[in-house]
Amino acid sequence: MSQEMNVNVTPGAGSNPFEKIGRDQNGGERIVRKSLTAWQNIRRNLYENKLSMVGLYFIIAIALMAIFAPWVTGLITGYNYFANELANANQPPSWAHWFGTDDLGRDMWVRTWKGAQISLFVGIAAALIDLVIGIVYGGIMGYFGGKVDETMNRIAEILYAIPYLLVVILLMVVMPQSLTTIIVAMSITGWINMAWIVRGEIMRLKNQEYALASKALGAGSMRIIFRHLIPNAMGPILVTLTLTIPGAMFTEAFLSFLGMGVKSPVASWGTMIDNGRQAMTTYPWRIMFPALFLAVSMFALNVFGDGLRDAFDPKMKK
Amino acid sequence: MSDNFVEVQGLRKFFNVGNNRILKAVNDISFSIKQGETLGLVGESGCGKSTAGRTIIRLYEPTAGSVTVDGVEVTKLSKSKMKAQRRNMQMIFQDPFASLNPRMTILDIIGEALDIHGLAGSRAERKRRVEELLELVGLNAEHASRFPHEFSGGQRQRIGITRALAVEPKFIICDEPISALDVSIQAQVINLLMDLQKKMDLTYLFVAHDLSMVKYMSDRVAVMYLGKIVEIAKSEDLYANPQHPYTTALLSAIPVPDIEDEGRKERIVLQGDLPSPINPPSGCPFRTRCPAATERCAQEAPELRETRPGHLAACHYA
Repeated sequence: MSQEMNVNVTPGAGSNPFEKIGRDQNGGERIVRKSLTAWQNIRRNLYENKLSMVGLYFIIAIALMAIFAPWVTGLITGYNYFANELANANQPPSWAHWFGTDDLGRDMWVRTWKGAQISLFVGIAAALIDLVIGIVYGGIMGYFGGKVDETMNRIAEILYAIPYLLVVILLMVVMPQSLTTIIVAMSITGWINMAWIVRGEIMRLKNQEYALASKALGAGSMRIIFRHLIPNAMGPILVTLTLTIPGAMFTEAFLSFLGMGVKSPVASWGTMIDNGRQAMTTYPWRIMFPALFLAVSMFALNVFGDGLRDAFDPKMKK
Repeated sequence: MSDNFVEVQGLRKFFNVGNNRILKAVNDISFSIKQGETLGLVGESGCGKSTAGRTIIRLYEPTAGSVTVDGVEVTKLSKSKMKAQRRNMQMIFQDPFASLNPRMTILDIIGEALDIHGLAGSRAERKRRVEELLELVGLNAEHASRFPHEFSGGQRQRIGITRALAVEPKFIICDEPISALDVSIQAQVINLLMDLQKKMDLTYLFVAHDLSMVKYMSDRVAVMYLGKIVEIAKSEDLYANPQHPYTTALLSAIPVPDIEDEGRKERIVLQGDLPSPINPPSGCPFRTRCPAATERCAQEAPELRETRPGHLAACHYA
């Protein structure tokens, strides 16, 4: 009988089957999961999100095409975005002109990618300027609060209240009609939204205990804002950023429509859509291609932004 | 200078809550702590004990009063001198899930303390020092590359302790360091704190609402009610002979681990809620809930006075 009871017991513990093994002191503190840096973590989480990766590939593809397509096509066929060829005006898509030609006989394929260059550049440049100004201004506003916040917020509100078009038109008077002017015009009021987002986030985060702990250690305000608070506010900031890019691209198109955009023959998607709108029913390809690429890049930017937000949150781990 | 390591005199912290209403979170408290001693600070939620701790370390600017730590009056120090003084006094926070920046590795969280005070010459030295500190609190050196979310509550709290210890302080304010932890982990953290106290000759201000833990941990105990200290005495003395009716009521709420005793025990249940610190009652702050309150209590605020040797209470009838 006793022999049967001992069957499952390891030979060493034969005398006492209930011998206390005790706690493995070091083993209990060990973490098995591989140690990853913050960026490795973010990349890994992003890779897992299929839709946002599709978005990212689209953005990369459009950006690559914008950079190389006009140049490569020019080398092979001799087409460019500015030379008129009136005999070839309004051609439908064909093997010679993949996207057809416009009313002045210019190749739409080349012009679409040239337009992508301008649109993307305006979008990204305006968004980056908004980001930098917004983070600094909003961070200071939110962290210091009280009178500082009140004063800075009033200034922002006053700027926000000035009709935006007025600012642009006035700016056009003193500055030449160019890409720089458009970007400056958009940035004058564009950063305010970002500043408010950052301000709200900082106000929410500044009384978190990790910020207090850093303060108790003797950290200065700038260190707390930029090392502790801004990185933790990165999610909403990135989402706002990815919405600012398409927003800026739209604004550029709108200004182009009002005759305040880039000057012909330089094209942006905005000017091309405006141009194509006049012949929408007869030559639909003239509006179709720029509109299609504008829509696709908006969608791609949005899904990528969403994925990025999820990836930035370390608590989102599955 | 007396032999008191920490001396708090007439400390007040009022918050302006708008509409000219003043919230008197800490209203004229005075106490002292000797070197190597632990003073427990107890009271119910909202009585101002956390605010008192944060004001002492100047996370909040005190409204009035003085705080002397190691012979230095800290409430009037300039920014740069305060930064140097922060090496002397540190804080351990309540919520181990909020007190560590989720975007930083443990190496950077603890290393920040070294960076701010320039305590590590090189990156290698910084890393070595952090690993040393981690091992001091029973964690592994390899934990340095991890992020806070990979740790359990008890481990996180030990990391918080490590961060405070990194600057080699002599005085540590423990702001309810165990109230967010499992009971099984509480003892572990408490014992660690007591070990460290012995090893490094630390002085503690131990803020808590768990009376049995405070009794175990503290040499002396101060009881706070509505921003005031109502009783302060040696730990055993306070628990054996409470003088203030509020202390008596608090102590009666400690569960006794004996069914028969627990049944026989007389539990004093206080009537009503904690009055608002914006509009505190006249005279004795406790009179609205005190079973022994009289006319005199409404008219005359009782001063802290010695009712037994080394035992101070703020009650007319103690």
